[in-house]
Amino acid sequence: MARPGRAEGRGVRVSENFGFAAIERSTGREITYLEAIAEAISEEMERDDRVLVLGEDVGGSFGGAFKVTKGLADRFGDDRVLNTPIAELSFTGMATGMALMGLRPIVEMQFADFISTAFDAIVQFAATAHYRWGGAVPWVVRAPSDGGIRSGPFHSQNPEAWFVHTPGLKVVAPATPADAKGLLTAAIRDDNPVIYFEAKPLYRSVRESVPVGEHVVPIGSAAVPRRGDDLTIIAYGTMVREALAAADRLAADGVHATVVDLRTLKPLDEEAILAAAAHTGKVIVCHAANRLAGVGAEVAALIAEEAFESLDGPVVRLGGVDVPVPFSPPLEDAYRPDAAKIEAAARRLAAY
Amino acid sequence: MADGLELYRWMSLTRRLDDAVMALWKQGRGVGGVFSGRGHEAIAVGAGLALGPDDVVAPMHRDLGTYLVRGMTMERVVGNLLGRATGVTAGRDANLHGMGDLSLGIIGFISHLPQSLPATLGAAMAFRHRREARVALTFVGDGGTTAGAFHETLNMAALYRAPFVVVIENNQYAYSTPLHQQTAVTDFAAKARAHGVRSVTVDGNDIEVVYAAATEAIERARAGEGPSAIEAVTMRMRGHAIHDGAEYVPPDLLARWERRDPLLVFGRRLIDRGDTTPAELDRIDRDCRERAQRAIAAAEAAPWPDPDGLKAGVYA
Repeated sequence: MARPGRAEGRGVRVSENFGFAAIERSTGREITYLEAIAEAISEEMERDDRVLVLGEDVGGSFGGAFKVTKGLADRFGDDRVLNTPIAELSFTGMATGMALMGLRPIVEMQFADFISTAFDAIVQFAATAHYRWGGAVPWVVRAPSDGGIRSGPFHSQNPEAWFVHTPGLKVVAPATPADAKGLLTAAIRDDNPVIYFEAKPLYRSVRESVPVGEHVVPIGSAAVPRRGDDLTIIAYGTMVREALAAADRLAADGVHATVVDLRTLKPLDEEAILAAAAHTGKVIVCHAANRLAGVGAEVAALIAEEAFESLDGPVVRLGGVDVPVPFSPPLEDAYRPDAAKIEAAARRLAAY
Repeated sequence: MADGLELYRWMSLTRRLDDAVMALWKQGRGVGGVFSGRGHEAIAVGAGLALGPDDVVAPMHRDLGTYLVRGMTMERVVGNLLGRATGVTAGRDANLHGMGDLSLGIIGFISHLPQSLPATLGAAMAFRHRREARVALTFVGDGGTTAGAFHETLNMAALYRAPFVVVIENNQYAYSTPLHQQTAVTDFAAKARAHGVRSVTVDGNDIEVVYAAATEAIERARAGEGPSAIEAVTMRMRGHAIHDGAEYVPPDLLARWERRDPLLVFGRRLIDRGDTTPAELDRIDRDCRERAQRAIAAAEAAPWPDPDGLKAGVYA
């Protein structure tokens, strides 16, 4: 059923950008995290006419609450950039039916916080269909998540652990523009339901070189953006940036941290986690979601079970406090981890 | 138009298999729970037969006849009921749940029954998207209409003019709760109309009426004239599931509906019309009974799933 487009394989679309694409590919060009998401969507829609977008306010000239889909309706038509009513449960369920019939819908949750409304459609129907009766559901739910930007309890959540706990789903959470593009491309091409947690705080605040044209980051593979011998900080999403900032400050005092960016939360890259834990013997796991029963708990348990002999200290978990995400700056700052809290925890652990 | 005897034969096959399965469970040979669709044969068979070969359907747990008319073998069905490797889901899903098979145009349901509504709408939207002349049909009970997914789905189906048909099986009870305790508005066709979905209310125990209404709705959808809802009024003649004696249902209500049994009504009509004879119907019933017994024997002799395969197929 694949309908290869002109950009199939590793080729570059020279027809676009008046021939400069090849140069841009070799040098990269800096785009934001949000632009990287938009680029993955438009390139996959161009490549494969089974790919379509649906969600609240995604269509027309508006292009979504965060403008990720702006311009897509003009290029691909209203049928492939489908505005929906406010009905997350049923438009997500509808995407499942489309996917069962061979389309590849990308569902935009306006905010990750609203994904709870679609819970049955995701965890009960879509996640189980293939195991039960062989019904493949190749959709992606894009979930704009995370806070720190004073958005209050219902526009700041990080509900990834619910989905990591659900058999049959894959869960990804990119931390960089290049991974935002590469993981979304992989998610669209995956034959399973994938929840794609995009970090709102990163949308326009980071800009880096992202490959032009086809760029796929395989699901299930972590990255190691920094290597050091003293301890490991495992993070994902916005917290990777915070971990790298903390690592910079620690290095100034001679404490050298490895930073592991999980990138995929399900399935976890156990090999990368255990290799880093074994190498440094001391590990901090950090995420913005609640610490209690969060992804970090699973990572810590994995290390305790599989790398116990290598450990030189307790595995430390940093995460949100077990309260609804508060709005006011002093409260939200007290709620979430950041570079300073990671740094402080790392100093304690280094001295252990 | 399907031939009258063909309609009767499918209803008889559905009823005899249902009877045989209930007997099996009462003998303690069943696995887990099981549902009877007794009384729903005219709806399941009538709507199922009105579909074209390339159309898609998401049946519920009282729509055994729909699976059969789509070409699912009784051996696979009973294999599923008994948790065998030969069942539709090879032991993964229970009783009639999850018996999806896209090669037969069947989407498997989950216990959260209203979830079939948006999934079926999605199938219809895929057909609309690709400009295929195909239709997607699903069923929901009176109980399912009170859930949000019913209203969300009908709203979108009308909004997008999707080739979508929903058959509302109004069987008077949601588990133990009668209609008047479920909703203040028991006119389900009116609820569909309120969302902009064309709708009719029909006698769900008359297979010719159901078949005609479904055919009209399906052909309208195929012609691009948008979605339809068919409220098919019937009665759940057994408990919610095998464990449920349904003592909460007034016996005279059941007795009244027993006289309107879909096989009884239609068999008598065929005889009155001179289309068949009592002896011929008996022959059909006997043949269906034997086929049901053979399917049960085959399923009971079938192997259990291998635990080594527990993890297979979580992902596509």
